[in-house]
Amino acid sequence: MAAPSSTPADLSAALVLTPPPLADWLVVLPVALMIALGAALMMIRKSVRWHGPIAISGLVLLVLLDLGLLWRVSVHGPVTMVMGRWLPPFGIAFTADLLGAAMALAAAVAALAAGIFALADIDAGGRRYGFFPFLMLLMAGVSGAFLTGDIFNLYVWFEVLLISSFGLIILGSEPEQIDGALKYAILNLVGTTLFLIAIGYLYAVFGTLNMADIARKAVGLRDTAPLVTLTALFVLAFAMKAAAFPVNFWLPASYHTPRIVVSALFGGLLTKVGIYALIRVAIMLFPVEREALSLVIAVSAALTMMAGALGALAQDDIRRLVGYLVIAGIGNMLAGVAIGTPAAVSGAILYALHSMATMTALYFVAGEAARLGGGSWSLAALGGIYRRAPWFSAASFLLFLAAAGLPPLSGLWPKVALLKASLDIGAWWLGAAILVSAFLVTVSLARVFLLAYWRPQPGLTGAGADGSAAAGGWRMSLPLGLLTALVVFFGLMPEPLLDLTQRAATGLADPAAYVQSVFPTSAQKGGVP
Amino acid sequence: MNTLILRTVAPVLTALMLLFSVFVLLRGHNEPGGGFIGGLIAASALAIYGIAFGVGAVRRALRFHPMAIAGCGLMLATVSGLVSILFGVPFMTGLWIYPEILGVEVPLATVMSFDVGVYLVVVGAIISIALALEQEPGLPERSDGKTGGED
Repeated sequence: MAAPSSTPADLSAALVLTPPPLADWLVVLPVALMIALGAALMMIRKSVRWHGPIAISGLVLLVLLDLGLLWRVSVHGPVTMVMGRWLPPFGIAFTADLLGAAMALAAAVAALAAGIFALADIDAGGRRYGFFPFLMLLMAGVSGAFLTGDIFNLYVWFEVLLISSFGLIILGSEPEQIDGALKYAILNLVGTTLFLIAIGYLYAVFGTLNMADIARKAVGLRDTAPLVTLTALFVLAFAMKAAAFPVNFWLPASYHTPRIVVSALFGGLLTKVGIYALIRVAIMLFPVEREALSLVIAVSAALTMMAGALGALAQDDIRRLVGYLVIAGIGNMLAGVAIGTPAAVSGAILYALHSMATMTALYFVAGEAARLGGGSWSLAALGGIYRRAPWFSAASFLLFLAAAGLPPLSGLWPKVALLKASLDIGAWWLGAAILVSAFLVTVSLARVFLLAYWRPQPGLTGAGADGSAAAGGWRMSLPLGLLTALVVFFGLMPEPLLDLTQRAATGLADPAAYVQSVFPTSAQKGGVP
Repeated sequence: MNTLILRTVAPVLTALMLLFSVFVLLRGHNEPGGGFIGGLIAASALAIYGIAFGVGAVRRALRFHPMAIAGCGLMLATVSGLVSILFGVPFMTGLWIYPEILGVEVPLATVMSFDVGVYLVVVGAIISIALALEQEPGLPERSDGKTGGED
């Protein structure tokens, strides 16, 4: 029990005694804000008309907070705040470096777009069911995963986002959704359990869970501890989350079942959290062990790309098709992790950022296309969209190009970076896989454009073909326009983003600044505690 | 369940268990106990009440929807963490005040309000599940808000 009078013990050995600068709160506030708003929306769960405005303003605030955080990290280096004042490694640290801050910002932008889209896509029933509270808690989990500096805490945020995603995926409680949710839930729970087992193992080896602490202790333990096994466990667990090749089947089996905006959120955010965790663990914590697993990851990456591209080519349901595109993208990011040079990791991060915007937008496109093209998800039945909604078609076309990695859009740059990185280390087959999968994705998306957009709608001729074009209104066109604008902008002006991801990748390859931010004194003494 | 014994005992038992849950909650700061276990005890108390008198009776007794209670607890816990921004200490730092209440010094802390938040989250979430499971099959979940009265 704390006594009212001050105790004579030396507190500086256990506690942070200097008041943290107000700007350091930026690393905690995104998570706290989302949890508080999720709680508030749960309290007023019956007054659904307030849900939309509160959630949207919260998400706008989240974007601003993440922008501030990214600016702060980019200028001053990694930012750390420890919970409850306890010094790390005992206090749980929230540490944002460029990678975490950039991912958090991209996730916030995608979530804002999805929130606006949901105003039109989620009806009163879905809102009473709790769409917006779930969205807030999902974002708390996603932001927490990107910003935490503690590996067990990372697991906790994985759980937070998983539980919220279970709620979102069964929104509506249709039998098909329950079926998809079951596959999703079981595979993800297996993945999370593996992750937890790996953490237990890691704790037994290192005696610490703080990532900065692990990074600096790994050097001394490398000769004796079974770190390759540990890394392999982590890679498998995160590959499951990210839907990499041998364990990718849950994604196309479940992502087409929920509402389209939920699919958009999942496709945009959740697999990228897996990739983020993989980059964090494999590149920053265990780079030497990743080298040993490099070939396995590379083969898995190539197969993921091919599986995704071929799957997309074979699909008739446009939602499933986009699901396979997500997988193809995951393959590209995985290739960056497999190569592991700063240039390759920079490409993987860039791809992840690009993919968050593009995949979210592509699910919106799928939803809108199905509505405009005759109310079906099947390519066989869709048609005539170009005639009804030329602007929407133009935006779709740009997004298709971006997803395929064609210039002048944002999909080109990460692919170029990854291709160059794989050729640099002589892995021509990995480079070939990137190119072939990009080509197949182009073909499959060209097929969508040809059938759903240019072709007149089957069984519908003449005047009836011009139906209700813009019924979705601004709530559908604004998020789509926002994401498309981002994709175009960063396709034409990739410099700032390339610079950002290169610095992020350098910071991962040499985490001295990260460690320094968590352990300010010991890093000066030479890195050994 | 319609046995006379249960119906007679349930209100007393529920009251006792709720009281005990608060005791466990407050005791939890230094000794075994705390918000989580206290919340579980409170939830089982309400579940017993529900077994004896039906789901509607519990919902009426709670006044608020269980999920609203959970949300309130989550909010309280978050705010307890955020208070430390005003005092120049990191997130979730325990802050104490020592007011004199009726001549006795009562230590109060953000740690405690956080624990109360946990208590409410656990009560709300578990009771929400328990009531959904005890609900008569065939009645849709949606209708209970209307039969439950308050909101």
